[in-house]
Amino acid sequence: MAKEFELNEVEVWDGNYAASQALRQAQIDVVAAYPITPSTPIVEGYGAYVANGYVDGEFVMVESEHGAMSGCVGAAAAGGRVATATSSQGFALMTEVLYQASGMRLPIVMTVVNRALASPLNVRGDHSDMYLGRDSGWIQIDAFNAQEAYDLALCAFRIGEHLDVRLPVMMHQDGFTTSHKAQNVYPLKDSIAYEFIGKYIPVDDMLDFSRPVTHGAQTEEDWHYEHKAKQHKALMDSRTVIDDVFADFKELTGREYKRVESYMMEDAEVALVLLGSSVETAVLAAKQLREEEGLKVGVVAPRCFRPFPYDLVRDALDVSSLKAVCCLDKSAPGGAMGALFNEVSAAAYSTKARPMMTNYVYGLGGRDFAVDEAKRIMKEQKAHADAGHITTDIQQFSGLRGPKLGFFKTRRD
Amino acid sequence: MAITSIKNLKEFSTNNDRFEGAHLLCPGCAHSMIVRELMNCTDDNLVIASNTGCLEVSTAVYPYTSWDTSWIHIGFENAATAASCAEAMYKARKKKGTLPDADAPVKFVAFGGDGSTYDIGFQWLSGAMERGHDFTYICLDNENYANTGGQRSSATPVGAHTSTAQAGSHSYGKKQKKKDMVAIMAAHGAPYVAQLAPNKWKSMAKGFQKALETEGPCFINTVSACTTEWKFDPKDTIHITDLATDSLMFPVYEIIDGHELNILYRPKNIIKVEDYLGSQGRYRHLFKPQNKHIIERIQKDIDEKWALLQRREEARI
Ligand SMILES: Cc1ncc(C[n+]2csc(CCOP(=O)(O)OP(=O)(O)O)c2C)c(N)n1
Ligand code: SF4
Ligand SMILES: [Mg+2]
Repeated sequence: MAKEFELNEVEVWDGNYAASQALRQAQIDVVAAYPITPSTPIVEGYGAYVANGYVDGEFVMVESEHGAMSGCVGAAAAGGRVATATSSQGFALMTEVLYQASGMRLPIVMTVVNRALASPLNVRGDHSDMYLGRDSGWIQIDAFNAQEAYDLALCAFRIGEHLDVRLPVMMHQDGFTTSHKAQNVYPLKDSIAYEFIGKYIPVDDMLDFSRPVTHGAQTEEDWHYEHKAKQHKALMDSRTVIDDVFADFKELTGREYKRVESYMMEDAEVALVLLGSSVETAVLAAKQLREEEGLKVGVVAPRCFRPFPYDLVRDALDVSSLKAVCCLDKSAPGGAMGALFNEVSAAAYSTKARPMMTNYVYGLGGRDFAVDEAKRIMKEQKAHADAGHITTDIQQFSGLRGPKLGFFKTRRD
Repeated sequence: MAITSIKNLKEFSTNNDRFEGAHLLCPGCAHSMIVRELMNCTDDNLVIASNTGCLEVSTAVYPYTSWDTSWIHIGFENAATAASCAEAMYKARKKKGTLPDADAPVKFVAFGGDGSTYDIGFQWLSGAMERGHDFTYICLDNENYANTGGQRSSATPVGAHTSTAQAGSHSYGKKQKKKDMVAIMAAHGAPYVAQLAPNKWKSMAKGFQKALETEGPCFINTVSACTTEWKFDPKDTIHITDLATDSLMFPVYEIIDGHELNILYRPKNIIKVEDYLGSQGRYRHLFKPQNKHIIERIQKDIDEKWALLQRREEARI
């Protein structure tokens, strides 16, 4: 039996340590991992638990991230709980196996500490890696701070391992701003956390020889399509399981999570939609503008990036007073509008209010996003609202040096 | 427990039928012979991982499977990782008491073609060997990427024609030497490494048994004659393999603990490599006058390798 870890009611943890503590409490059978900044401390933290008897599973330090995810798939098919962590280039190297893991319906949990993708090489936080995963068939949940990184990691096991879901889950947090920023975190006792997560239930267990199983079969045009459609359905249907797990977690801890967090939207005239640690910045900016200038600003933050919560985003934006919405994407858009803009616009199109939609790219490679900049963007939305049409290019870049960049003009005036 | 009696081929070949005859491999493909020998040489439960390649695409086409045991395929390069981490899971569950049958012995085996073993999966294999998992990796070496229509691999021998190292008016086929994977695996400090051939089925079965019984990561390179890409009549698979082992193109030997080398088959009459090369369409062009020196070079390489293996066997280094 693994030793119990003595925890105080309040601990001072950064996002990495919070995530590693959640992994420890889940009593994972196999962790297969490879270090990369800024998620390395999660793997190191786990290594320390192994070395000191706080976990009794196997810790496999593989030779690459592709190997890490391959190892997770092999181990998960052998009927136990599996987890890993990565960032950026490591995430990119895993990509092939991410699709295989979800296609094989293996509930692996992976903490992704978001970081920019090279080139140029950059260790700071942006959402390029998170966006790279968006079609991989994984559930993607975003923590905005260290407490959430801990809480949601516990929830992730429950969600992915649920018998109606059986899909892998990514737990995202922002590199450095969350992963390396210490804050007060309220942990659960080991026994309570484990009881919440529950025992692992094997499905199609390779170590159950009374029922031999074939994992990772070949399908061509005859069956591939049905498999993929079924996988998509499982992902879409996981929304209710996520809601249920969040409800249980609230009952246990009092801390409430939703697939979409929304702030001050009831009477909002303009809104910002964004992800990650910048949400707190945007909420602060909105509060200040409400106080200082009486500007009715709201903030919407999809906590679930996949399955994308079209239902709840639409609910959040279906406010009759709402005129202009700006979606902020922290990933180089690569010749398109930002992904968040595209998803949110799709949801907003079927609201009654049909607000004007604009897009900002921001924070690439860890470029700071401060309250003043959030306020400036909010005021710009107000200008659109007052003019009755979008007064700028639809896509712009925030906090960029050099000449202003903008693309695509509206025809709705 | 491994099966100890392997006196009779007929008995052996039907023992423990866990690999169904129904599959899509070409008639005469040696892959299935090798797989059957592995599965018949032990009574232990087997977890098998396969890399992408002919074996995988031919034996697990949904909704069918040829595998009457636990089997997994992830991608082209990572069967060694799948098997080794399934083994890690076995250990974890054994410790925690969550195995369905804690007492039944289990063996972990990965199969890869030469493409996945020598080329794209090299790193994954090396990593799994270094980590010391208790598993056996078996390479089905047909010296080309057969599944994708016969491209070169780093296991393709000098002079062979493949679709990406073609023989033509300006080329005699592949120019580079075959990678010595057995030596590389032995250099990993693996406790058991061997090169085996399915025509020498007794030594192959014994080698497999040794690998399965040896604790730690074991590697076996098996010669797997490919009727389609080597271009010979499907009924001649074993005959071609005889020529391969009798010409010493494929010497049969093992290396224990990285240094103790034992030759497992010593042909009574060593045949000229010409006889081996002449049996297959992929070497036909070598018999043109301008390519004669290539055959000489191949023979020289074989002679030197054989001398080296014998010296190593004697010297125990
Ligand atoms: C990452 C990746 N690259 C390329 C391929 C295409 N591919 C599939 S099997 C194969 C060749 C297999 O050759 P080998 O490993 O020698 O096995 P064989 O079919 O000869 O038994 C190739 C190139 C793939 N499936 N995945
Ligand atoms: S192409 Fe070669 S290796 Fe592939 S199934 Fe046919 S004979 Fe076997
Ligand atoms: Mg091959």
